[in-house]
Amino acid sequence: MELFDNLALGFSTAGSLANLFFCLIGVLLGTLIGVLPGIGATATIAMLLPITFQLEPVSSLIMLAGIYYGAQYGGSTTAILINMPGESSSAVTAIDGYQMARKGKAGSALAIAAIGSFFAGTVSTFLVAIFAPPLTEVALKFGAAEYFSLMVVGLVSSIALAHGSIIKALAMVSLGLLLGLVGTDIYSGAPRFTLGIREYSDGLNFVAVAVGIFGIAEILRNLENESTRSVLMSKVSGLMPSREDFRAMIAPVLRGTAVGSILGILPGGGAVLAAFASYTIEKKVSKHPEEFGHGAIAGVAGPESANNAGAQTSFIPLLTLGIPANPVMALMIGAMIIQGIVPGPNVAAEQPALFWGIIASMWIGNLMLVILNLPLIGLWVKLLTIPYYVLFPIIMAFCSIGVYSVNSNVYDLYAVAFFGFIGYVLVKLRCEPAPLLLGFVLGPLLEENLRRAMILSRGDATTFVTRPISAGLLLIAALVLVVVFLPSVKAKRETVFQEEE
Amino acid sequence: MHSLKFDKTNLICGLIFVGLGIFFALQSLDLELGTAFRMGPGYFPFILALALILFGGIILVQSLRVVHEPISGIAWRGMLFILAAPILFGITVRGLGFAPSLFICSFVACFASTRMKPLAAVALSVTVTVFSVLVFTYGLGLPFRIFGPWLGY
Repeated sequence: MELFDNLALGFSTAGSLANLFFCLIGVLLGTLIGVLPGIGATATIAMLLPITFQLEPVSSLIMLAGIYYGAQYGGSTTAILINMPGESSSAVTAIDGYQMARKGKAGSALAIAAIGSFFAGTVSTFLVAIFAPPLTEVALKFGAAEYFSLMVVGLVSSIALAHGSIIKALAMVSLGLLLGLVGTDIYSGAPRFTLGIREYSDGLNFVAVAVGIFGIAEILRNLENESTRSVLMSKVSGLMPSREDFRAMIAPVLRGTAVGSILGILPGGGAVLAAFASYTIEKKVSKHPEEFGHGAIAGVAGPESANNAGAQTSFIPLLTLGIPANPVMALMIGAMIIQGIVPGPNVAAEQPALFWGIIASMWIGNLMLVILNLPLIGLWVKLLTIPYYVLFPIIMAFCSIGVYSVNSNVYDLYAVAFFGFIGYVLVKLRCEPAPLLLGFVLGPLLEENLRRAMILSRGDATTFVTRPISAGLLLIAALVLVVVFLPSVKAKRETVFQEEE
Repeated sequence: MHSLKFDKTNLICGLIFVGLGIFFALQSLDLELGTAFRMGPGYFPFILALALILFGGIILVQSLRVVHEPISGIAWRGMLFILAAPILFGITVRGLGFAPSLFICSFVACFASTRMKPLAAVALSVTVTVFSVLVFTYGLGLPFRIFGPWLGY
């Protein structure tokens, strides 16, 4: 079986002592930062990204994947204990998880979240291993026109899944694409939008933009009202869920895994959608729907499994096509490019050890989370009691070091401040930052493929609709856009996102 | 005649997008546009800039229709000190060196919160600086000079 050979290669890569160590560090650091309230997975990865640059490509990506799972797990911990989800995907967990904690069942809520996530992670890792190779084959047949259309699909779905106004999301994507084009034009060598600053001729630093828009803007938002948080910490005991708890969580975990795996593949932020979808399903099929919102076990187990499964399968478009499905994957792409790897279908063929190593490390990372975090919950809970005003100077110091360490370019630090400001203003104006970051990453790729496709077709724009795969993809994009603008869907979408707040 | 009501958030938002769109459009026009067959460096950005102006315009129109609650609680103090921190780090890191520069960065960031006491800020910044020097220069081996030429090193 080729699958098992590949997995064996992956496990031997990820299982080397050094890589296990980096995976462990990643998981620990990710949880550490992710537990800090109000800092979600995206901000955590943006901040920790630079420390992985000194490593080998495989180790650095394994560590980043570890940070990702850790940060997500940390986010659920804060959601359950202080009702403050770090990321929108754990917002659903907060609804019933926090109620469980208030009833003195914080320990079992945390354990259910961890066990559910681990199960979902195991299943979806296999799904990635099974589906990634055939999809790479398909992707290798893609030409410039297909790539262009595929990226359009990704951008359109990120718009559909963003909160609030669709027009604002469209504007954010356009702005992101434009910012991505800053720097030297690859065809003519002309500097674009650099304002005459030579240091920006290589483009805006991706890490600086991500840290600014996700990290700094987040800190500023937390500084708005410095109220004290009440931590339900004294009551974290009885980690092991009871027999009834286990029985109650099996079905929701299975359903959550299925929903999450499917929705995670969708470009544009599947994990969030998966968590919501799972919660809705659990509420519908439950014999006691009135328990939801008052500490229902299914309301924690289902969404947590779903968002973890979604987080995992969102690696599929990244690994096979080089297209990021969400801001976190956009960060991964940035990391790959910095490591000198061109993301896309060639990665699996040219660097099988890297490709399968990452897949195997997903599972190892999840295992480490369960083994480490259940005993360490006491420590994470103590972290929650550290006052915020002590934390953010530390975060600012690490952000500054991190961004500077990428290129030793002081202009990147000015860019951090600038994008922190822009990010904060945009959040205040109720604009979602995720589409902007996705646009920023895809901007140069989109333009390159557009120009190449047009040259190949001798200036005939119909090439995008006469090539069948490209036409199909554009049709999907158009359908998604039409659907989100339908009045009934629009109304429903608003209520879904309202519930979250 | 009734007074014109508009949503301030969306008004500002629309104006920002239109303004940025015009900026990028004008910049693109300075570059060679080229043709659809052989696109110049300005072609794609120009289209994007026009799209941005269009979306900004729609948001402006929408601001006249629905009025939401106004923006509240802007972290002015936070912005002042937090945004200054990386800039100060950038200005001083080459001259003063890594350690003093990092101290300044975290010390300034401390004052973004009204709750931080000066003495605690000094203690915290020293701790952060010492820890970072140990981890980043000795542990990870990043090629930073701990003290720079401005201090006579």
